[in-house]
Amino acid sequence: VLSFRAVESQSEAQCAPVDSLWRRYSEFELLRNYLSVTYPHIVVPPLPEKRADFVWHKLSADNMDPDFVERRRIGLENFLLRVASHPVLCQDKIFYSFLTQEGGWKEMVNETGFQLKADSRLKALNATFRVKNPDKRFTELKHYSDELQSVISHLLRVRARVADRLYGVYKVHGNYGRVFSEWSAIEKEMGDGLQSAGHHMDVYAASIDDILEEEEHYADQLKEYLFYAEALRAVCRKHELMQYDLEMAAQDLTSKKQQCEELATGTVRTFSLKGMTSKLFGQETPEQREAKIKVLEEQIQEGEEQLKSKNLEGRDFVKSAWADIERFKEQKNHDLKEALISYAVMQISMCKKGIQVWTNAKECFSKM
Amino acid sequence: DTSLAEVNSFSPSVPISPSSMINQYKFEDEPELRDLFITVDDPESHITAIETFITYRVVTKTSRGEFDSSEYEVRRRYQDFLWLKTKLEEAHPTLIIPPLPEKFIMKGMVERFSDEFIETRRKALHKFLNRIADHPTLTFNEDFKIFLTAQAWELSSHKKQGPGLLSRMGQTVRAVASSVRGGVKNRPEMFTEMNDYMETFSQKINVLDKIAHRIYKEEREYFNEMKEYGPIHTLWSASEEDIADSLKGVASSIDKCCKATEKRMAGLSENLLPILHEYVLYSEILMGVLKRRDQIQGELDSKVDALANRKTEKDQFSEEIGKLEDKVECANNALKADWDRWKRNMQCDMRSAFTNVAENNLRYYEE
Repeated sequence: VLSFRAVESQSEAQCAPVDSLWRRYSEFELLRNYLSVTYPHIVVPPLPEKRADFVWHKLSADNMDPDFVERRRIGLENFLLRVASHPVLCQDKIFYSFLTQEGGWKEMVNETGFQLKADSRLKALNATFRVKNPDKRFTELKHYSDELQSVISHLLRVRARVADRLYGVYKVHGNYGRVFSEWSAIEKEMGDGLQSAGHHMDVYAASIDDILEEEEHYADQLKEYLFYAEALRAVCRKHELMQYDLEMAAQDLTSKKQQCEELATGTVRTFSLKGMTSKLFGQETPEQREAKIKVLEEQIQEGEEQLKSKNLEGRDFVKSAWADIERFKEQKNHDLKEALISYAVMQISMCKKGIQVWTNAKECFSKM
Repeated sequence: DTSLAEVNSFSPSVPISPSSMINQYKFEDEPELRDLFITVDDPESHITAIETFITYRVVTKTSRGEFDSSEYEVRRRYQDFLWLKTKLEEAHPTLIIPPLPEKFIMKGMVERFSDEFIETRRKALHKFLNRIADHPTLTFNEDFKIFLTAQAWELSSHKKQGPGLLSRMGQTVRAVASSVRGGVKNRPEMFTEMNDYMETFSQKINVLDKIAHRIYKEEREYFNEMKEYGPIHTLWSASEEDIADSLKGVASSIDKCCKATEKRMAGLSENLLPILHEYVLYSEILMGVLKRRDQIQGELDSKVDALANRKTEKDQFSEEIGKLEDKVECANNALKADWDRWKRNMQCDMRSAFTNVAENNLRYYEE
């Protein structure tokens, strides 16, 4: 059981600064679920991974490992900062209380009844809910989020393997140190050169630990966007389901209108079992028919109003979703560019260290 | 005068006077005064009814008077190199004869005639002949000259001459017999030191050889993973607009790193690995040379002991002992001088090999 301190730093909400309090990972999960359901049109920032994934083998995959715990802490802090700097999410009262209210927060969240709004169909497979007129922009965005997810996870996997191999190269050089030292004991002229060169080989071998530790931060930055891709996809999915419900409602309305018309005019354009049986076993009485028409007309009225509000809802959703998606795109491009630059800087620094060590080693060797 | 008649009269047990050796080795070590240039190249496969084998072209260019011509081109197979090495060992039992590449490679799945195997062997054979050419004494050896100059049929007929198999076996038996008796108890301090040195050196050089191979292997695995790493960024750039260029930039940089890694690996396999391997073989050779010196000493010691037990036949014995004492003195001097030379060369080779490794790494990081 690990708890984390949430310390409110710069938030856009106006409030009195409160002291720190303790939160468990599960509470972070609850917060995020709440935000996802309450703001379905927002690309909600992701949480850091629950378990260590994409580890190169020298790094522990143990959840209790202090390095992993530290990186997770940074990830959770990052999550809160992301939410706090989001124009819409930062205003949320539940989020505010997460940061400020010690006890009873969980109950408060559950009282909002957000779980009822949660759409269980989000977890279902795509094929079950096929949309007839998909919004092209959302379809493209979904493809993009799939591609992003796939390419980043591939990249992270290979990066971990590359890190593993690089570690191997550096560490084997450490073996030189001991042998050079033992060999220098039997040499007269070569002894000093060998000994000092061996020392530099030890320095070289040790340097990889810091280098790879730094690279983990880069990997974490990419991981955040791996998980962001999932959030992006969720928004597309929610839109899809909304669209599906709209289409179903419109379809239902159309069929009810048709039924009504048929009853009124007496013509049967569409096959229905009721229609056939009534033909075979005698028609209904005019009174019965009138009653049916009235019911249908009420339902049609309701349906039309519902459809209107659903359409409105849909248009609002699309509008605010695209606003957030544009915001997200800019953030993503900025962050990823920064991350790539910092990765390049890391590589340059690694090479500079290498040049220094091997310059020193060369000097020692040439004095042998 | 390079007639074969001289070769016939050549006997392996004629001692070489120490003074003539000293004159020779001072100037041979300076490359500008070299007058014998040898290359080994152009491996060719020969298929006969009984076997398949490879021959190498051996080209010699020289300004030496003893050679009839200034240029020679002959083809030799591994067997011929082996013959040469054996003849040199017989003629100079306490000189350090350079190592030949091994007959087979046990480890790894190297096919007998794979390109890599042939190239590694060719380089080692080239080194072998050049080391002999640089050696102040061995460079003037008759069998060496014949090896470089004789046509194939001439070489075969020459090989058949000289002390026969039986007499060579007899020598080996005597050598083994005297080694059983020792040669160690009267061993001069200097050679005990050499022995101790060689034991440690041998250990260390073997470990170094393993380490260097391991580094090569790790670098290769790293290279293999890196090959996959760059293209992922290119793939990603296809889904992006704003950051597409940055991603492509990273991809091309990673590819450059790949190429630099390849160069670094090539540097290892061309320089450090062959040198370390050569010295692994050298350490075995040196242990052998020290043993042979002990054997020669042993022959003397056993004769001296025999004399002490038998008061008669004193004159005959003292003549033999006198000869053996000379033999021992020559052997010791030869070894001492060659040892010093070997150590200087070793130092030089190690210095340049490891400096080369450092330079390769510097180039790698700079790129």
